[in-house]
Formats: sequence, C-alpha cells, structure tokens
Amino acid sequence: MKLHKSISSIALAASLAASMNTSAIAAETIKVGILHSLSGTMAISETTLKDTMLMLIEDQNKKGGVLGKQLEAVVVDPASNWPLFAEKARGLIENDGVDAIFGSWTSVSRKSVLPVIEELNSVFFYPVQYEGEESSKNVFYTGAAPNQQAIPAVDYLMNDLGIERWVLAGTDYVYPRTTNKILKAYLKSKGVADSDIMVNYTPFGHSDWQTIVSDVKSFGSAGMKTAVVSTINGDANVPFYKELGNQGVSSSDIPVIAFSVGEEELSGLDTKPLVGHLAAWNYFMSVDEDVNHEFIAKWKSFIKDDNRVTNDPMEAHYIGFNMWIKAVEKAGTTEANAVQDAIIGVTTPNLSGGVSAMMPNHHITKPVLIGEIQSDGQFETVWSTSGLVAGDAWSDFLPGSKDLVADWRGPLSCGNYNVKTAKCSGQNF
Amino acid sequence: MYKYSLYPLLLIIGLFTPLQSFSGVDFQTTLNQLSEKSFSKKIKTVEAIISSKNPRTKFVLESLSKGRVYYIKNTKKVVLGLKSDEKYITKDLVNDETLGIFTKREIKKVGINNKIRQKIKISLAAVDLMDNNKSVRLKAVKAIYKDLNHNIIATIKPLMESESDVDVKEAMLVAINIFNLNSKDSEERISAIRSLKESLEPMVKVRLKHLKSNDDNEQVRLMAESALKNIESRISRFKIIETLFFGISFGSVLILAAIGLAITFGVMGVINMAHGELIMLGAYTTYVVQLLMPNYIGLSILVAIPAAFIVSGLVGILIERGIIRHLHGRPLETLLATFGVSLVLQQVVRTIFSPLNRSVETPEWMSGALEINGILSLTWNRLYIIVFCLIVFAALVMVLKKTSLGLQVRAVSQDRNMARAMGVRSNWVDAMTFGLGSGIAGIAGVALSQLTNVGPNLGQAYIIDSFMVVVFGGVGNLWGTLIGGFGLGIINKFMEPWVGAVLAKVLILIFIILFIQKRPSGLFPRKGRSAETN
Repeated sequence: MKLHKSISSIALAASLAASMNTSAIAAETIKVGILHSLSGTMAISETTLKDTMLMLIEDQNKKGGVLGKQLEAVVVDPASNWPLFAEKARGLIENDGVDAIFGSWTSVSRKSVLPVIEELNSVFFYPVQYEGEESSKNVFYTGAAPNQQAIPAVDYLMNDLGIERWVLAGTDYVYPRTTNKILKAYLKSKGVADSDIMVNYTPFGHSDWQTIVSDVKSFGSAGMKTAVVSTINGDANVPFYKELGNQGVSSSDIPVIAFSVGEEELSGLDTKPLVGHLAAWNYFMSVDEDVNHEFIAKWKSFIKDDNRVTNDPMEAHYIGFNMWIKAVEKAGTTEANAVQDAIIGVTTPNLSGGVSAMMPNHHITKPVLIGEIQSDGQFETVWSTSGLVAGDAWSDFLPGSKDLVADWRGPLSCGNYNVKTAKCSGQNF
Repeated sequence: MYKYSLYPLLLIIGLFTPLQSFSGVDFQTTLNQLSEKSFSKKIKTVEAIISSKNPRTKFVLESLSKGRVYYIKNTKKVVLGLKSDEKYITKDLVNDETLGIFTKREIKKVGINNKIRQKIKISLAAVDLMDNNKSVRLKAVKAIYKDLNHNIIATIKPLMESESDVDVKEAMLVAINIFNLNSKDSEERISAIRSLKESLEPMVKVRLKHLKSNDDNEQVRLMAESALKNIESRISRFKIIETLFFGISFGSVLILAAIGLAITFGVMGVINMAHGELIMLGAYTTYVVQLLMPNYIGLSILVAIPAAFIVSGLVGILIERGIIRHLHGRPLETLLATFGVSLVLQQVVRTIFSPLNRSVETPEWMSGALEINGILSLTWNRLYIIVFCLIVFAALVMVLKKTSLGLQVRAVSQDRNMARAMGVRSNWVDAMTFGLGSGIAGIAGVALSQLTNVGPNLGQAYIIDSFMVVVFGGVGNLWGTLIGGFGLGIINKFMEPWVGAVLAKVLILIFIILFIQKRPSGLFPRKGRSAETN
C-alpha cells in the first residue's frame, strides 16, 4: 500500500509540475493558492473545496476584486500525499508568489504544511473540523475546534436524549484519538463511570464492521440508554452504517452521532437505514436562511449540477475567504503581517444567519447545530446553541492544555501561553 | 387553540382509549400545528393526532415518518408533498384533494426527531398488531417490548386469545411476562421469571439484572440470579456461533476478491496489480446497471452479475493482449506495468464518474437480517454473499475441470512448451484465462458493491488481502484459496474482540509471514513436476 501510494504521487507530481509554471503570467493580480488534493484517497472530499474556492474567487472578481486588483487562483494537487503538501505549499509561496493559501483537509496534511507556512510567513486558511491543541501565527482555523462540535454534541446526547453509556468509535489517527481523549475526560468530569465508556479504533477504510456493530449492540443492551459518538472518517462510514442497518440497530435504540459525516458523504450512500442518526456541524445545507439559499443556488449554477450538495467545510471556506478579503481591505495590503494583524476581530456573515468573528486565537465563532439524517440525505436541525461559540485552541479538559491560551494580539502575541507559569513556549510540533 | 388545553387530559387517558372523533376541519387544525418549529410542541401534536382516532391517522403518521409532510409557508397549512423534479405537488392530508404545485422555497418539510419517530413507530405497531400478515404482527409485538405499559398489555391480552400463529402468540406471551416482571405481586414476578428463563430477548436480561439486585423478595432475587446465569451461558454459546458466522462471511468476501487472482496469479503466474481495479469496474457496472433500470433495483443486481463479468473480462483480455503478453516471463516489469494500468483505470473512473463515491442501492431482499433469536441474527446480505461465493467457486472449479478451455488452461500452466507441441494455442488460452480471472473479479465487484463504497479506491482496499489469501492458500490451487480465505476470515474475527480491529490485521500479517517462512508454497503446495516449472 505504501509503495502504491508513493509511486502514484510521484507520477502525479511530475505531471503537475508542468502545469504549475504556466500560472505566473498576469502581472497586476493578487494570487490565492488552493492546496486541496484532487487525486488519491482524499480527492473525494477535497475536490469540492477546490471548486468552492474557484467559485468564491470568481464571484469576488465580478464584484471588482480586492484593492482594485483581480484575484487569480493558483490550483495545485498535493495528491493526498502528506509530505507533498509541504512541497506544494513551498512552491505556491516561493514560485507563484501567492498571498494566501486555502487548503488541507486531514490534520496530518496541515501539520505537514505548518513549518513551511511559518518559515515563509504566509497566511493559511484551514476549513475542516479538527482536534484543536494548536494555534499558529500563520494559520486561521475556520473549521470547528472540539468545543464547537464534540463537546456540545455530547451535551445534547446527555441532557436531551438521556444517554448514559457511550461508545467512542473512531478511525485510528490523530483527530479521533485526540477528540476521544478530550471526550473521555469530559464524560468522566460529568460522572460517567469507566465501565460505561467503550472506545474502539479501526483502520482507515475499514469495511468489515460485523464484530464491532455486534459489540456495540450488546454494549447497548444493558438497560442504559446508549449512543455511539463516531469520529470514523471518510469511506469507512458507508459500510459501518450499512451494517448498523442490517443488524437492526435503529436510531431510536442506539443513535450514532458523527463528526465527519456531512451532506457530501451522504450523497454517495443509500440513506434509508440511516434515518434518525445524528451529526454535529456548524452548518447544514437545510438551514432555512436567505443567505444560504443564495449560496446554494450560486454553487449549483457554478458547478452546473443541480444535484450537488453543500457542506460544512464549504461554509468554512466561505467565511474564511470573506474574512481574508475584509482583512486585506482593512490593511490596504496583502502583506502577511499586516493581514494577520488586521484579520483579528473581523466579522462576516456565515450561512446560518449569524455573523462570525475571527478571535485572537485564530479560531472563529460559530453556532453549533445538531441534525438528524432524513431520508433525502439532508439533515433536520433538532438542536442548536442559542448563540455563537468561540473556538477554543487548547482544550479545557486535557491536563496538558487546560492552562494554555492563545492570543495573537500584541503584546502577548503567543499561540501557546501558559497562564500558570506565565511563559510562552512557542510552538512545539 | 382550544385543543391545547386537552393535552394533559389526552396524556392521562393514554393512547388507546377511544376518544371522540375529530371532524375533518378540526383534524386539519390539529395537523396545522405540526408547522411549529419546537419539537416538544410537535410531539404533543403527534400525540393528539394519534389519539384523535381519525381514519386518516395511520396515513398521516406513515407520511410523516417517510418525510412527505410539508407545510405551506404563507398559510401554515400542513399538507402532503410529493417531489417531482424541482417542484412539489401538494395534496390535502384529510381528503386527498390536489392543492397545487409549489417551489422549494414556498413550502417546508415537517421534520421529525427520534422521539417523534419512536412514538409513531409504537403507535403504528399497535395498529399492526391486528394486521392480517403474521410477520407484520410479529414485528409489531417485538417493537413494543421496550415500551410496555398497562394500555398495551390490555390491548395484547384479548388479541392473544384469538391469535392463530404460534410464533406471534409466543411473542405476545413474552411481552406479557416481561411486563409482569415489574408486577407488584411477587407470585406474578416469580412465574414470569420461570417462563422467561430461556428467553434471549435483551429486555429480559435488563429486567432480570434489575430484579437480581433490587427486589425486596429474596426468592425473586435468587430466581432472577439463576435465570440470568442460564441466559448468559446461552448467550455466550450463541456469541461463538455469531463470531463463526462473521468469520465465514468475512472469509467469503476475501475469497471472492481473491479467486480471480488465484487464476491470473495462481494459474498463469502473472502478478496483476490491476486486479483490484477490475473488481472496482465490476462494482461500477452494478452502479450503471442500476441507473439504467431504476425501477427494478432487486433485478438489477442479477443483471449486473453477467454484465460485470463481461465488462471486467473484456478489460482483462485487453490488458493481457496489449501489455502482459509482451512481458511474458518478466515478473518485475509485469508488476510495474499492471501497476500503471491500475492508476490509469482509477483516473479513468474518476474522470467519468467523478471522484465521489457512487450510491448503489441495496435491494429489499438483501437488507435486514434473518432473526434466529433475540441474540443471534444473520444479516441477509452476508448470507447471500456466502452462498454466492460458494456458487462462483463451484462454477469455476467446474470450468477448469470439465470444459476444454479448463483442460487447455491446466495444460498450459503445467508445461507451456509441451502444450504448444500438442497443438494448444497458448496465446489464445492465455487471453481466455486472463479474461476469465478478470471477469470473476468483476463479479466480486458486484458483491462488494453491496458491502462497501463504490469509489475509485475500492480496488486498493482489496488487492493486498487478495494476494494474502492466494499466497497463504498455495499458489495455483483453487481449493487452497477457498480454505485459506475462510481460515483467515475466521481467525481474524475470533481475534478482533480480543485485540481490536487494527491489531488483528497486523497479527494476521505477522502470522502469514511466519507461515510462509515455514511453508513457502502455502497451505496446499503444488505437487509433482508442475511445482518446479513455476
């Protein structure tokens, strides 16, 4: 498998190197880098985000661009290959001279880009929900931190559905492991016993769920209301939900709440057996707001397909892009330091009817919505936070990070400040 | 609005006491309250609809749970909405009258949550208790195990007297006994425990556990404990059977994926890295067939089997004629070339079908499970795939043993030069063999489309497993592949509960590496002269 992937990426890298150099022609444009995988395993999710960015840029250009200049998108394909993300990011900044990069999906690809972005002091927007425990001077996290998705979801299950037993099921990599660590600490702080928490990890692309579903079923038949909190990623969800349906686990017996299943994932899926299972996001396509209807209509006409759906990371790019535009206009330049200063405190409408703001820790404020899957592959919002929740870079529930704060305003200007020892340890990845 | 004041009353009277019937207009007023956004108000409305006993109640509840109930934003009137293209045709829920066509922005779906869904399920179950079909009745009884109350028991008791079917009667008796476990009368509790001591229903276990530690009567506590012990030992026995089934079914998936490779790699000796992609093509063929016949999903799977065989088989022959035959006897080049082919095929699929996964529907007859008892249920799709795997295997063995093609394939694989000297067209045989192996891979794709994602990466997920099974079973031996597949599947599934899915996979790999050290030619090595030529 290793061999398979690395060879594939070399081949693709070679073919792309040719196409990359052509983009540096027009003089008076502001360049925006788009760093999303268009091939390999993550292409399934990231291609959509590339298209979203192209749509947003086209739209902005129709409005006259920014600072009187047109925007120009520079698209590269890191091919789902983590080290290639760093290489491509370097290429975007050094060769193409982009002023901002929008990209990445998996945490490991963000971690791979991070040293490059910091070294070359650029601006990077990351649109996907992630495990937190990070705040970089150069990265803006427009996706949800755990306190904007996982923690409210668990609160909902506990308070509204009366869940007492918990299955934390995830794919075996950094996001589920960290999120589950936070959730476990949180559940324990709420008085849940160890024996009422079952943690399970599966490999990427796991397809044989018989044993695990059967285990969940017997774990859930102990007379206490049980729920599955799923950080299962990507492709593995389809066979998981199919197995749940076939083994007769319905959403009213054991609801599954997912943090990685959105409209896009559901569109590749026969949703009948999934009805009633839950997902926690900051945006649903079904949100009934004019700004959202407009966005959907624009997206459908841009992509020329009436059946395409919108999802949460797309909204994150929408917010992030508009924030960047505002910050550039406010700073009057695209220079990285100026933009980084200007963007803190910038507000822009989100698609769920509110106004999101960029916080000093480089995370944004968002509402948290919990939706139930409907038979048409859409979500019906069954619960939402009353206001917006500010993203927390460092979790309050992990012993290592509860004393840490991030604040990129002067004079502190630190992403990892320990309030107890009053020390800024800088970034340590 | 006056109906609001009725709610507490309705709740006390309960769901099954006949109430004065609402007139059509009143019923519509009640329905219109479904346009409320708050779920706690909606659930009260649903309760009111249930207790109204209106002749349309069942229809409304069914439409609601199917997501076909909408309300018109202007008038707040709640109606039935049927989607056609981008518009919605609406009908009156009370009298079926067509009300006109609305756009998506003008109406809004009445969303329901799990609480409402459960409520509807239970109340429909109560209606279903009187259904003519016995399996519907049985399902209805089982649905209410979790939500037993006086009213339902009072409904069930007279029904049980007149029940003709043994299974349904039995299930009703279980329901009454589960209810009696909570009885105030200790004699009743004891007799309930006595009759439930063999039951495997999860609810029984839950209630018994509660009685064991909380009951104030000692005899009840002791009886509950012994019944629980009895039940738990039965459960653990069934768990072993279940694990065995999981292993066999996982094994059959492995065999299906590997069996085509057993021919191309095993018999011909070609290391075909594009094998996974041939499986993927089969899965996409299933998707295309479903697109072509959207109204016959059940039938489409059967049509897809020969179609996938032909598509993958033809692609296989093309690969053999175009590439592999020029690389005969150069395994490393073959490996790299077929690897390239696999990348090309993936990208072709990405270009034609988009990188997103495609949704393949599961036909009605393949979803759900065969329930043996409260603990053991075998899912239909897995059962079908086990049977399918055995049929494919048997057919393949027959082809190799009984047909002239099979004879020639065996001859060429044993001694190519000698076979050619005897007048066998080895080129033609190679192409046909490769086509056969590829076609079988396509058929495997049809089966896999029912289990996993249909996407460009489908093949990658199975290529390693396929090679593992073929090497473990013994290269060139179909029976080895069969035994090897089942063996690996069962070992994997017995290990999984102990060590987790990630480690189980690792341990299997280590096991195979050690095994191959000891027996380099697998479980069933080739015997005789042919062993040396390869």
